[in-house]
Amino acid sequence: MSIRFWLAPALAAALLTACSGPSADQAARLPILGERDVRPNPNGGPADTIFATAPAFKAVDQAGKPVTNQTLAGRAYITDFFFATCPGICPKMNGALLSVFKPYATDPRVAFVSFTIDPAHDSLAVLDDYAQRLGVTNAARWHFVTTGHSATARDTVYGLAKGFFTAAQPDKEAPGGFAHNGTFALVDDQGHIRGLYDSLDANEVARLQKELPVLLAEIAERHPQATAAQ
Amino acid sequence: MIGRCLGLGALGVVACLSLPGCFSNNRHQGARLYAEACAGCHGDAGQGLGRLIPPLAGADYLALHRAELPCLLRRGVHGPMTVNGVLYNQVMPAARVDDKQLSPARLTNLLNYIENNWGNHAAPRTIQEVERQLTACPNVGE
Repeated sequence: MSIRFWLAPALAAALLTACSGPSADQAARLPILGERDVRPNPNGGPADTIFATAPAFKAVDQAGKPVTNQTLAGRAYITDFFFATCPGICPKMNGALLSVFKPYATDPRVAFVSFTIDPAHDSLAVLDDYAQRLGVTNAARWHFVTTGHSATARDTVYGLAKGFFTAAQPDKEAPGGFAHNGTFALVDDQGHIRGLYDSLDANEVARLQKELPVLLAEIAERHPQATAAQ
Repeated sequence: MIGRCLGLGALGVVACLSLPGCFSNNRHQGARLYAEACAGCHGDAGQGLGRLIPPLAGADYLALHRAELPCLLRRGVHGPMTVNGVLYNQVMPAARVDDKQLSPARLTNLLNYIENNWGNHAAPRTIQEVERQLTACPNVGE
């Protein structure tokens, strides 16, 4: 009992300390997702917290341009995993992402990245056709990317899917031969994953639409000059 | 007296609760099947998705291929298809609900729903008509 009595104020104090500083009076922030690492400070001060970042990737988009974490650094981006011939959840998933994309179609502060989990079939031409058919004409705004043609390309993209908190694997029983779930990941300008959303749930898609501007405001605070220039 | 009133009231409540169970719920079966098997890709209002997924609302394909539709739903379809002058090329899996293929009766309700919503108008189908059209569908196992 007495421990519990102690715990609440201690926790509150810890949270307050974590939030204090220049941004203490700012609007609510999105959490940083993933395992975090606490490293003791060799000089005896407070320990450093190392927050998880999205996995490193190297891919090529429908315009044939490379897309990596560096390409997207400094901006927010949203990821999903799909394949062009997917008769299952993909139309609904990418239809939902299209509704998130539309108000930001010409906004350079946020990018969209859809990874194919069927790199053997989804060539750049197939990805380009898919993008055009969806109504996405500017590859720099919404990248439909492949991890390439090598024998390991598929394993690479499955690993990436896991890193972005979604699941993808071959499954003969699933429609189209691949089982995957439709999780959107929202990544910030520093590569931290800040939100995960089930694309098949309209409430979750609405939550993404609400939280994206919150993240953009946070990024703008970090880069006041970039914002002023726009 | 009060007891009898209460008893009657309770009976009324029981009757109200159990009556809907006595009626067939098939009146909205087409809409329910559409929501479960079709709306994910074709949209809540049959609007389709860009040039990836053809619309059902106002689709000329429905009238042009009326007799083939039960088979198309039962078996799925793939390859190029022109709807309202736009060429689509996707895979449509067979319409299934709860991992079961749809009976002729359910296909009838589903097609009647699709063909008479979102601006679509077509003569109502009968189960017999759908059954007949299914027999012309190759390799259909019940």
